[in-house]
Amino acid sequence: MAETGGYLPGALEAEAEKADTRNRWLLSLPAVIIIICFAAGPLLVMVLYSFLTPGDYGNVKWEFSLEGWMNTIVQRDIFDDTLMWADAHISIFWRSFSLSVITTVLTLIFGLPTAWFIATQPPGRRELWLFLVTVPFWSNLLVRTIAIQELIRNEGVINLVLLKLGVIDAPIQMMFTDFAIGFGMTYVYLPLMVLPIYAAVDKLDFRLVEAAHDLYASRWTAFRRVILPLIKPGIIAGSILVFIPSLGAYVTPRVLGGGKNLMFGNLIELQFGAGRNWPLGAALSLMLMTAVMIALIYYVRVTSRDRADG
Amino acid sequence: MIDIDNVTKVFGAGDAAFTALSEVSVTIAENEFFTLLGPSGCGKTTLLRLIAGFEPPTAGAIRLGGRDITRLPPNQRPVNTVFQSYALFPHMSVAQNIAFGLEMLGKPKAEVKSTVDDMLRLVRMEAMRDRRTSEISGGQQQRVALARALAPHPEVLLLDEPLSALDLKLRKEMQIELKRLQSETGITFVFVTHDQEEALTMSDRVAVMSAGEILQVGPPRDIYERPAERFVANFIGESNFLNADLAGDSVTLAAGGTFPVRRPDGVRDGKVSVLVRPEHITLGGAGDTLRSTIENVVYSGEATVAHMVLPTGEPIKARLSNAPQGDGALPGAGSQVTIGLAPGAITVLRD
Ligand SMILES: Nc1ncnc2c1ncn2[C@@H]1O[C@H](COP(=O)(O)OP(=O)(O)OP(=O)(O)O)[C@@H](O)[C@H]1O
Ligand SMILES: [Mg+2]
Repeated sequence: MAETGGYLPGALEAEAEKADTRNRWLLSLPAVIIIICFAAGPLLVMVLYSFLTPGDYGNVKWEFSLEGWMNTIVQRDIFDDTLMWADAHISIFWRSFSLSVITTVLTLIFGLPTAWFIATQPPGRRELWLFLVTVPFWSNLLVRTIAIQELIRNEGVINLVLLKLGVIDAPIQMMFTDFAIGFGMTYVYLPLMVLPIYAAVDKLDFRLVEAAHDLYASRWTAFRRVILPLIKPGIIAGSILVFIPSLGAYVTPRVLGGGKNLMFGNLIELQFGAGRNWPLGAALSLMLMTAVMIALIYYVRVTSRDRADG
Repeated sequence: MIDIDNVTKVFGAGDAAFTALSEVSVTIAENEFFTLLGPSGCGKTTLLRLIAGFEPPTAGAIRLGGRDITRLPPNQRPVNTVFQSYALFPHMSVAQNIAFGLEMLGKPKAEVKSTVDDMLRLVRMEAMRDRRTSEISGGQQQRVALARALAPHPEVLLLDEPLSALDLKLRKEMQIELKRLQSETGITFVFVTHDQEEALTMSDRVAVMSAGEILQVGPPRDIYERPAERFVANFIGESNFLNADLAGDSVTLAAGGTFPVRRPDGVRDGKVSVLVRPEHITLGGAGDTLRSTIENVVYSGEATVAHMVLPTGEPIKARLSNAPQGDGALPGAGSQVTIGLAPGAITVLRD
């Protein structure tokens, strides 16, 4: 009696668990189909194209070739076929990386106090501030970028004001510089930094800050030892959210950097457009994706280690 | 010595203004075990927060050892708090939590470590030193909070219901431990509790609070035996309130019988209410004059409680110790009994 009593529920449980797993699979089926069709599919096409030969007028010829991948970092001299580093590409990679890092740092510097300010407002007013922060999202990226152009071009607002005030004699060239790109990207991606940090500060238990003060921590030490570690997940999430799109940014560098200061996204676009080198474009895209994946893996590892010990 | 001088705390403004403390004045002696006792929402935590420096008082001053600390930020006050919500740092281990205050004070590493070890031993958490605070029980968290606040050896320790999450046995042990600590370390303890027994057994003095005011301050015995007001009497222990007439140094109960009393200050002759503790009443003694009718009798272990009504209709209950192997021979419901009052059993209330 005791034996069957012990056995039966066990069997039922296993049965229920199986049904549960089955149901979960059925429920997620639409999502799985969508992911396969619209994410994995195009990705496979990209991988395939990166190993083909460029067609004469764009598109590809169905001949296997490693040129696409090779051309990402080296180039063949048109006269004697010798290989050399593709300096132009490498400087674009470097610019993309360094501008993305700078953008991330700048959005953090401006975003953290903003998020803190909003999260410490009375509840009724927070929604308003959050709305204001996200307002730029409601308008088109291109329009916003052109608005920045109005600010910083030689005849733009900033230069006019500085000239009027006599601070400068001649307009400062800001358009078509790395400064313009960094400025524009910081503006565009700031909300992506503010929102996750806001969420983290909102969750922060301010009694812990009081406890830190009670235990003789100054404001700065309380920030460093208690607040910062507790909102770190928000900061990392915000940094990832800013860094990744910065790396592939395309509209902002195109408008504010002119044709001169290309970034990764522009380089890719070029291959599918005027460059007529789809395999190279595909290879570059996959490279960018790999860089993003590495950043994400780093994020996951840092946050899961945090959960384990920090 | 903590001197709380006419302190008022108002939260909010305009229509939403709420007075959490109104003109509270009390002086707490050095190395005193001082307890704030009162119902939920009466302002106990608020008073502690003012002493700790988390909130400025709306009016009044707070002095510590003669020095005005009213405007001093919390990190500059030699005061530590055991928070009602523990407020342990979730990103630190038990030992790191306890070490925090010491590190902030810039104590050398070796000293920090040995103090942390002492504290862990004190609260019996040695085995848990490297656990995260989310991985220990509520009672253990409370003990860590206590150790963390004690570690920097403050002049004043504020304890906001520090034992409420502990089971009865551990609570009793910690009460003794706290009491020992307090007398050994010379730290002034300001202790908040809901538990009147805890307040009476541990404190040098108790302040009974209600609705933002301190109603009475005194040693436990005074508070229990000579409560000044009905609220205090009611809040601490079981009470019978009877109507009486005060004339000079004696009262005549509405139900009959004249008894000598200690006359409190500021009470005039005439109608008063008086307090009689149920355990100060005897039944059926020779020469008893007050008559009453038994309504029901409740056995409760070490005592039996008889609920009765006086001829005036006033309810009264008596708490009678149970004799060993007593036959429990109290008359049943509806019987008439006579009531005797122990000498000094009647306390005149001020309200
Ligand atoms: N920041 C605040 N803003 C507005 N009202 C507050 C604030 N803090 C406390 N109060 C109010 O002040 C009163 C006293 O609160 P307090 O926390 O001191 O009560 P308490 O005696 O500690 O109660 P408990 O025993 O439940 O902990 C309560 O009515 C509370 O609602
Ligand atoms: Mg409280």
